[in-house]
Amino acid sequence: MAVEAARDALGSGDAAGIEAVRLASTNLPYADLQNAAIVARAIGAPSRAASSDAAGSQRAGTSALLQALKGSQSTLVIGSDNPFAKPASAQELSFGAGAAAFLVSDENIAARLIGSATVTDVFVDHFRSADADSDYGWEERWVRDEGYAKIAPAAVKAALTDAQIAIGDIQHFVMPSYLKGAAAAVAKKINFAGAIASGLEDGVGYAGAAHALLMLAATLEKAEPGERILLVGFGQGADVLIFQATDAIREARPARGVSGAIADALPTDSYLRMLSFYGGIEMEWGMRSEKSAKTPLSEQYRSADQMEGFNAGRCGACGTVQFPQLQYCVRCHAPREQFEDVSLRDATATVLTSTADWLSYHPAPPLWVGFVQFDSGARMMMEMVDIGKEGIDSGATLRMVYRIKEKDRQRGYNRYFWKATPLDAA
Amino acid sequence: MATGIKDKVAILGMGCSRFGERWDAGSPELMKEAFEEALADAGIERNQIEAAWFGCWGDSINVGNSSIPAAMALRLEGIPVSRVENMCATGTEALRGAAYAVASGAVDIALAIGAEKLKDTGFGGLPPPFKGTFNDLWMPMGSAPAGFAQLAPYYRAKYGTSKEDLKKAISHVSWKSHQNGQYSPKAHFRKAVPMETIMNAPMISDPLGLFDCSGVSDGSACAIVTTPEIARALGKKELVTIKALQLSTSSGRETQTSDWDGSYVATTRNAAARAYKEAGIDDPKTQISLSEVHDCFSITELVTMEDLGFSDDGRAVFDILGGRYDRDGAMPCQIDGGLKCFGHPIAASGLRMAYEVYNQLLGRAGERQLSDPSVGLTHNLGGVPYQGIAAISILGLH
Repeated sequence: MAVEAARDALGSGDAAGIEAVRLASTNLPYADLQNAAIVARAIGAPSRAASSDAAGSQRAGTSALLQALKGSQSTLVIGSDNPFAKPASAQELSFGAGAAAFLVSDENIAARLIGSATVTDVFVDHFRSADADSDYGWEERWVRDEGYAKIAPAAVKAALTDAQIAIGDIQHFVMPSYLKGAAAAVAKKINFAGAIASGLEDGVGYAGAAHALLMLAATLEKAEPGERILLVGFGQGADVLIFQATDAIREARPARGVSGAIADALPTDSYLRMLSFYGGIEMEWGMRSEKSAKTPLSEQYRSADQMEGFNAGRCGACGTVQFPQLQYCVRCHAPREQFEDVSLRDATATVLTSTADWLSYHPAPPLWVGFVQFDSGARMMMEMVDIGKEGIDSGATLRMVYRIKEKDRQRGYNRYFWKATPLDAA
Repeated sequence: MATGIKDKVAILGMGCSRFGERWDAGSPELMKEAFEEALADAGIERNQIEAAWFGCWGDSINVGNSSIPAAMALRLEGIPVSRVENMCATGTEALRGAAYAVASGAVDIALAIGAEKLKDTGFGGLPPPFKGTFNDLWMPMGSAPAGFAQLAPYYRAKYGTSKEDLKKAISHVSWKSHQNGQYSPKAHFRKAVPMETIMNAPMISDPLGLFDCSGVSDGSACAIVTTPEIARALGKKELVTIKALQLSTSSGRETQTSDWDGSYVATTRNAAARAYKEAGIDDPKTQISLSEVHDCFSITELVTMEDLGFSDDGRAVFDILGGRYDRDGAMPCQIDGGLKCFGHPIAASGLRMAYEVYNQLLGRAGERQLSDPSVGLTHNLGGVPYQGIAAISILGLH
């Protein structure tokens, strides 16, 4: 999700100018293995770019964004979260998963930070210990009245002062919360009369530390030049960021955006399937799933350029584009030293053939596999994902997405690679 | 100037175990069944064998790696035993090793044996393979049916074949193998199955249903080879000799370039062209009496009929439905039931095919016997259609 959001934020621009990548989440796959670095490599950020994870709070997304905005580096800030709710809990009905990304820089500014404030306060509305899967939370009425309704207004007031404006100068109020009605309660308390941003309850659900950034992205998709947006991030205090959209906002809309991602939904009403995706139920996967998924880390590092960057090789002698890059050109046998890297990450491709495999182990059965033909001439067998019930026809246009190739449940390691997905999913 | 293998090597004896879910037998027992039959057929003693080639694909399941399991099981004392593995082409690869040893003059009598014990995995189908540390990083872990099923859309697109016609033709392929399997006492599946059952079976990998997939079987098959001169000296009157042994392995063109249109198997075409040249065959349609081809999936047999030149390109659907490859057709294919019904213990399959052709040529095929066959072809396809190994042998009366 983080890679996908980052690529949408970058659009047609490449990642060469990025000086830092910051990834915020409360559900990162690794406790000790920098998650932001994995994302940075997949999007093609330069190896000299700084990277770090931001975690530990629902406020991690807004804090990372604020830190980047106050810094001087061209920074890609990504919020990506997938909060877990126990089966049959109230949270299960409202939690979702999502990611949003922003490129923070001093060029082509689409929304300028005009004021901000932070309040730090150990208000424990809920907590999750380092080794727990799900949250333990206190009574919602107390959280709303003593937490949101008191801590957020104080931070809003400080931010308005910093921006030297009044609440009446704000057009959009953006505050995520897993509590229904919390945003309206805070808006009322600060006498805000403008538009309260949708909590994306329909189509996404509350996406943890990513949610503030998701809502901000959704708001910027429709904000007009000159409009001011007040963003609140809540958790152990609050961050408040006030933005003003510039004329560049009209050109800065992402290709897909939040609304595009929601429109691409593949609806399912299988509760069991959802539980199995979330690890909410222990499924029987059959003996085929027992195959060792151990990743040879030395091999992974050796072939990182091909696997992370999806770099095919263009033969310097005959021009054939090929993946993977082996020792000699598949067509003219020229040595690999003559190859030039050509990333297939953003290359256009079509389905040559596909089949739904009901026999192989796959956590979201069936496993779709098929030949993908790139316009550049490269061809390869790939996994295809997010295929609807109608299947996918030969000739359909595909785009590439970075996904979990294999989950090593025994050792707790995810291996990633690129998969193909229909350009017009659903 | 190379002169090829034609008529340099004769088959002295062959054996084949009963194929199937052999809960009663491990790989040593399976090898013993095939080996003893071959020894008796050859009319020689164990100690007359001077070299052996042992083929086994799934060493991690039951057999174990190296040639030692075969040398131990068969007590092949003091002679060189080599283990070969080339996926589903393994059996023919073992035969190739033994035949080349005889043809070179290095030894007088050599043994080729393939054995596979697939039913010790605890589940149906083949175990998901390890593809190498590099390939496992990116290659999809599709099953065998998923790999072969993809021939269907390409084939249909190229020749404008409707989904229904193709399904009917591939169903006929399986129907025919079940018809033939009835008459093979050693076959895994020996029951005729109605067309309707085949057409409406549960889907495994579209368009391949349950009956479009070959059996997963345990079994072993074996050949003892020598020169025609020694065979005669040992008292053999009627001789079956090897006319051609060819292999072709993918180098990546099909999977990595847009050269291949997906409606055929390039390795089969390469191997066939070389095998026909080696055997001196210029019109396979009339010069080959019968064939045993790699019907791991029904669609594979369909395209193989074109790849081997038995049907013109785009005509296999019609030839199959017209009964050309049925037992009473012009070119009977899988007269013993094929992989579909005789079973497919991977490394044994190439040698099992040779066993059937050998017995047919010698008029020893019992209820299955065809009238006066003179030349038979075996074909294996290891791996998947776009990245694999094709092996062809042509056997004929000397």
